Amino acid sequence: MSLVLVGTSHRLSPVEVRERIAFDLDAASELARRLADGGEAVCLSTCNRTELYFSHPDPGAAEALGADALLGDEVELYRMRDEEAALHLFRVAAGLDSLVPGEGEILGQVRDAYEAGAHGPVLDRLFREALRVGKKVRTDTAIAESPASVSSAAAALAQQVFGELGGCKVFLIGAGEVSELAARALTARGATIATVTSRTQESAARLAEAFDARAVPFDELGPELERTDVVVSSTSSPEPVLSRDQVPDRKGRPLFVIDLAVPRDVDPAVAELEDCYLYDIDDLQAVVRESLSGRRREAERAEAIVEQEAKRFRDWQASLHVVPAIASLRERAETIRSGELAKAEGRLEGLSESERRTVESLTTQIVNKLLHVPIVRMKEAAATEGAGYVEVARHLFGLGEDESASDRKPRK
Amino acid sequence: MAELLFWPAFLAYGEAAVAYAGDARRPGSMGRLATWGVRIGWLVQTALLIAQAARADGFPWDTWAGSLNLFVWLVVGAYLIWGCKPRFRLLGLVVMPLAALLLAVSYAAGGMDVSGESRYSSLFLGLHVGLVLAGFAGLTLSAALAGLYLWQERELKRRSSTVLRFRAPSLVTLEGLFARTVAFALPVLTLGMAVGFARLRHGSQLDPLIVLTVLTWAVYGAFLLLRYGAGWRGRRAAYATLAGFALVVAMQLTLQTGHFG
Repeated sequence: MSLVLVGTSHRLSPVEVRERIAFDLDAASELARRLADGGEAVCLSTCNRTELYFSHPDPGAAEALGADALLGDEVELYRMRDEEAALHLFRVAAGLDSLVPGEGEILGQVRDAYEAGAHGPVLDRLFREALRVGKKVRTDTAIAESPASVSSAAAALAQQVFGELGGCKVFLIGAGEVSELAARALTARGATIATVTSRTQESAARLAEAFDARAVPFDELGPELERTDVVVSSTSSPEPVLSRDQVPDRKGRPLFVIDLAVPRDVDPAVAELEDCYLYDIDDLQAVVRESLSGRRREAERAEAIVEQEAKRFRDWQASLHVVPAIASLRERAETIRSGELAKAEGRLEGLSESERRTVESLTTQIVNKLLHVPIVRMKEAAATEGAGYVEVARHLFGLGEDESASDRKPRK
Repeated sequence: MAELLFWPAFLAYGEAAVAYAGDARRPGSMGRLATWGVRIGWLVQTALLIAQAARADGFPWDTWAGSLNLFVWLVVGAYLIWGCKPRFRLLGLVVMPLAALLLAVSYAAGGMDVSGESRYSSLFLGLHVGLVLAGFAGLTLSAALAGLYLWQERELKRRSSTVLRFRAPSLVTLEGLFARTVAFALPVLTLGMAVGFARLRHGSQLDPLIVLTVLTWAVYGAFLLLRYGAGWRGRRAAYATLAGFALVVAMQLTLQTGHFG
């Protein structure tokens, strides 16, 4: 069985091409089952890629099937086999093939594709390993730790001030889409949106309702600031809406102010106040840039992990070729052992039960020890020298031949 | 035996210091190496102290250099309680070079020697020195935490783009920790001082170290009152902790001038 991958991604095809061969989960599941036709196939389709994975006895035929399903005549596709295909999926699961290195969404998409696919022993192992490698990379490196967007950078900075954001009260000034995105990033980390204000009371009320918060009039900033830990401001006001004088004495309690508006909503002098930390859009973008370069640095370490795991998968896949040969070798040895013991039954009659068990155990151990080295060597050779070695072993041990023929005594 | 154990302890602390520096340069790369360096170094130093105690007749760390050796062990031990967590690795960058340096100073000044007999053999004095040094170790650690707080606070104020790179603990966490460490260390120091004063009544004289110790106690006591009574937090609290630590350093230097006779 060969592992075959056919697909395309954002690296090869623009969105207008990718959208032609994009599948939702149900369609991907149906396609995989149709292409597997009793064998193994998984379809991974996300906004950045559509890939078909096969475990197939005829890799050429699998490639043709995949290319046909993905409009290979019109769409530029990559084709990979065995270790290369495994390495590719491991890189995808680790987020190394994503636009933002280490992004976490892809791991869930790989899991969904795996669960919806038609998988047998090879693709089952491949996808389980891919999920494990994806998690390992995110645990052993810092690739997924730093924020990749302005709103997640704002939330990460708030955590740098307050630690856990559970119990932190957020005040939204402005009720547009930008405020909402930042609010979602903050609530995802445990913060509570306490109050919302906007020049248009309706939009403030709408956003407040979405977060189970209170909407307050726009001219009541001061009292709210006393109760707040984090302020997110994103209005379209041409003038600053929050001045230094409006910020009350914090008495040692930090206040984190996120100004996402252009022109800025918050007077820069607010940053001079003790215990007050002000970040505007440029500051946040600089944090994101730094964070992305950090992710790229971590990606080098992640690549090493992924390559090592792909080699392990290759060894496992290669060992599959020798499994039947090893099984027949063991079976044959056991047949000979038990047959010879049966022949000697008459001479062993005088033995006690315990002595019989000793003889059983002794003969089993001799057989196991004799077979141990050949079996280990076969497994090792399978990874490096392919199936040829298995054939040699079959020939030397007479595996698959008629037992009576191989049992014949050599002529003197 | 004790001298032989110095080198592995020193090398392990040194390795931890270098690894922490490497980890600060490239976070996540050498953190585990640093943590293991701290653990191994501390275990070896524990063995070193046990060897000294086994060979000494009485309290074995009754010299300035000897007390420095014990002090380093206490500081690293206190650091080990939570310092090995990934978010506190930056703290190791402060603590471990200092620990390696002070251990080397202690070695050079004869802190690993065992004379075989001690002028101070009473359990009372052992308690006094042990408790005072444990208190100082706690205060040293709180100063390191306050230093880390001020660095982190400055980075956030400056809006540095690399502020998230080092994955340091949050400001609120650091602030709470250095205050709690002082709140734990000060009673230990108080107990050690009380034991010392109980002995002082039997004819000893006040010396500069005793005066400095009382002053330090007063500064940290005032800090705790302001912190928990008047809600003193943030930068001011961190500076007050560092001011108290300046007195701890002065005490270590004064110790050299003859508190042990």
